[in-house]
Amino acid sequence: MSDLQIKKTATTYDVVIVGSGAGGGMAGYVLANAGIKVLMLEAGPFFDPAKDAKQLQWPWESPRRGASTTRPFGDFDASYGGWELEGEPYTTKDKTEFAWFRSRMLGGRTNHWGRISLRMGPLDFKPKDGLTDDWPITYDELKPFYDKIDRLIGIYGTSEGIESEPDGIFLPPPKPRLNELFIKRAAAKAGVSVIAGRGSVLTEALPGNKDRGACFFCGQCGRGCKIYGDFSASSCLVIPAIKTGNLKVITNAMVREVLTSNEGMATGVSYVDKTDGQEYQINAKTVILGASACESARILLNSKSKSHPGGLANNSGLVGKYLHDSTGASMGGFIPQLMDRKRYNEDGVGSVHIYSPWWLDNKNLDFPRGYHIEYGGGMHMPSYGFGGAVPTMNGLVPGRDGKMKDAGGFGASLKDDYRRFYGTQVGMAGRGTAIARKDNYCEIDPSVVDKYGIPVLRFHYKWSNEEVKQAKHMQETFKSIMHEMGAVVTSKVHGPENNYGLEAPGKIIHEVGTVRMGDNVKTSALNKWCQAHDCKNLFVVDAAPFVQQGDKNATWTILALSMRTAEYIIDQKKKQNI
Amino acid sequence: MNRRESLKAIGLTTLSTGLLLGACKTDTDPTAKAVDNTSLESTPGLQEFEVDRVKKLNSEQFFTPHELLTITVLADIIIPKDEVSGSASDAKVTDFIEFIVKDIPEHQVPMRGGLKWLDLQCLNRFNNSFTASTEAQQLQLVNEIAYPLKAKAEMQQGVVFFNRMRSLTASGFYTTKIGIQDIGYKGNAPGKWEGVPADVLAQYNLQNI
Repeated sequence: MSDLQIKKTATTYDVVIVGSGAGGGMAGYVLANAGIKVLMLEAGPFFDPAKDAKQLQWPWESPRRGASTTRPFGDFDASYGGWELEGEPYTTKDKTEFAWFRSRMLGGRTNHWGRISLRMGPLDFKPKDGLTDDWPITYDELKPFYDKIDRLIGIYGTSEGIESEPDGIFLPPPKPRLNELFIKRAAAKAGVSVIAGRGSVLTEALPGNKDRGACFFCGQCGRGCKIYGDFSASSCLVIPAIKTGNLKVITNAMVREVLTSNEGMATGVSYVDKTDGQEYQINAKTVILGASACESARILLNSKSKSHPGGLANNSGLVGKYLHDSTGASMGGFIPQLMDRKRYNEDGVGSVHIYSPWWLDNKNLDFPRGYHIEYGGGMHMPSYGFGGAVPTMNGLVPGRDGKMKDAGGFGASLKDDYRRFYGTQVGMAGRGTAIARKDNYCEIDPSVVDKYGIPVLRFHYKWSNEEVKQAKHMQETFKSIMHEMGAVVTSKVHGPENNYGLEAPGKIIHEVGTVRMGDNVKTSALNKWCQAHDCKNLFVVDAAPFVQQGDKNATWTILALSMRTAEYIIDQKKKQNI
Repeated sequence: MNRRESLKAIGLTTLSTGLLLGACKTDTDPTAKAVDNTSLESTPGLQEFEVDRVKKLNSEQFFTPHELLTITVLADIIIPKDEVSGSASDAKVTDFIEFIVKDIPEHQVPMRGGLKWLDLQCLNRFNNSFTASTEAQQLQLVNEIAYPLKAKAEMQQGVVFFNRMRSLTASGFYTTKIGIQDIGYKGNAPGKWEGVPADVLAQYNLQNI
């Protein structure tokens, strides 16, 4: 005899949303503000940056001084979870190296992201490279939603009139730091354009919003902001939605599958409550998945029924396919000219102050599409690992007496070197378009379940020549900028033996494309409203519907698509179509 | 909320950063009723396993008193007191190293073994442990392992140990008040970023960039 039973409620919600990140959060915000009763299921705990952020803590307030033992981006980073979760494995096959970052908490991965907020451009939606697929929508169709998001959430930047990098409605950008001016000057000599960054940080008070404070320039967005001066789904979307009285959140609710009727319509979801280990079922008229591209694909593939034997929304057989992350490669070094630099507070904002949008014409290149470059460096707050490179750097340039000395050392002379080299470092990272391919995918591993008994994902992903050539180009660009800056490169110089430093897929945490949208039911899982072709009261609002990501970071497009889908749901409910 | 109100709300006019509490909350947590399954009394911003881990590690002891003494002597050789700031031991670097090797166990064997390697070198050469050797003897040995590119091949194990010891010492020192003051980090304080100061722009000829 077992005490296992499934707890069902009599309540039927208008909408149940799985996930509280950018996609789920935005859908919840729009629907709750429209008076629709929404239940949101979040697989992790509640998190309110006003209470829980580690903003303005000093390194000594962490016994590990900010080391990354329990959080991949360090002890002060807001995001829980990481590349591995205890009891929740994923697997790979065919020697795939895929890394899957999961953040189970209110706000999901918007807790740690770089707040870099780029729109995709007209050619990202309707590419002319002969290789990548069209979206079922154009930039012009999504533009009004990008505009609304700029106003609702706030973003800084400068209007540049670059067609592939559409301008938004911008707050003033933060001025460049010293290292960034060096980069800007050198990049111009190397033929690379540099413009002001575009980030979702309130460099000025957001007009019409009394709940969020203006940035006070601590540069710690990644720790969460106690005054809600940056964008996190928790502070800007879910918590305001809760305050409407129309949205309720159940935390620690790990969704197993979407439930369907005999006719194949979604009727709700089942989940395991992580706190009591019990099974629950929720009834809802509409089901929205915003669990992240891979997790939403996993839920759909695990939602098998008589009417959906291959998983829900999967008549095309494409759920899990076309998985793609951004490409990424980087280089680091230091600027000898900056040794013994003057000290002042240059924390700035926690997103990029400058960046290089893709600046070249592919006609003259041996790879399609392109990449943008993000830059860093400067006088950061020390944390675990501080000064680790100094005993190498001090052998690369002359000492105070003008003579070269041996790398390494100890004592007063080394202590002096830590001071001399402080704030001299620079880094650059490329983020580029990876090609969405049917044969890069996640699927259900037929033999592995997680600790809740839910079948897990198995990944298959290979980079191809297009991505490798792009990484090679990145390295050449970085090198020429470093050279023009008079900088000394200290990171490993990558060559063909390791794909020019191209990171393993998943590492950039921009994975998208697993439940793609399209007009043709045979070649897509969702229609152009992110509504399942074969289950009209099921929607997906995370990055899974992306057909082909541009080199732009995914969040702003997730938000715009989710808002558009939520408004469509309101319209369809009014017309009683769903 | 404008910037001045924000700063006031988080009590930063007095810079009492240890006392940051819910900034924008004016009412008594409207989220509590609408949220299920949440222990709102838990330690803010920490997961239960993180709290438990620190408690557990603090209740354990890894290094022996002799090892701790050796670490203290070495750390002060790496970062001694000078005219700007105190030494590694003034910044309690040894306590940090004791914690971090428990937190990141991959440090344990190389640290324990490296300390032993050091003692054996001293025993063979000076007939004493490292800490019981004279200062001149200690420095003689450290000199042979502190410069990776010119160290002799037979000293390579010592070089690898010293690299680790030096990194941990720097981590432990510059993450304290003493170390941050020494290095001159001026941030982690609210303000308004107005760009690079004019005198610095002029110094590097960047006025027109």
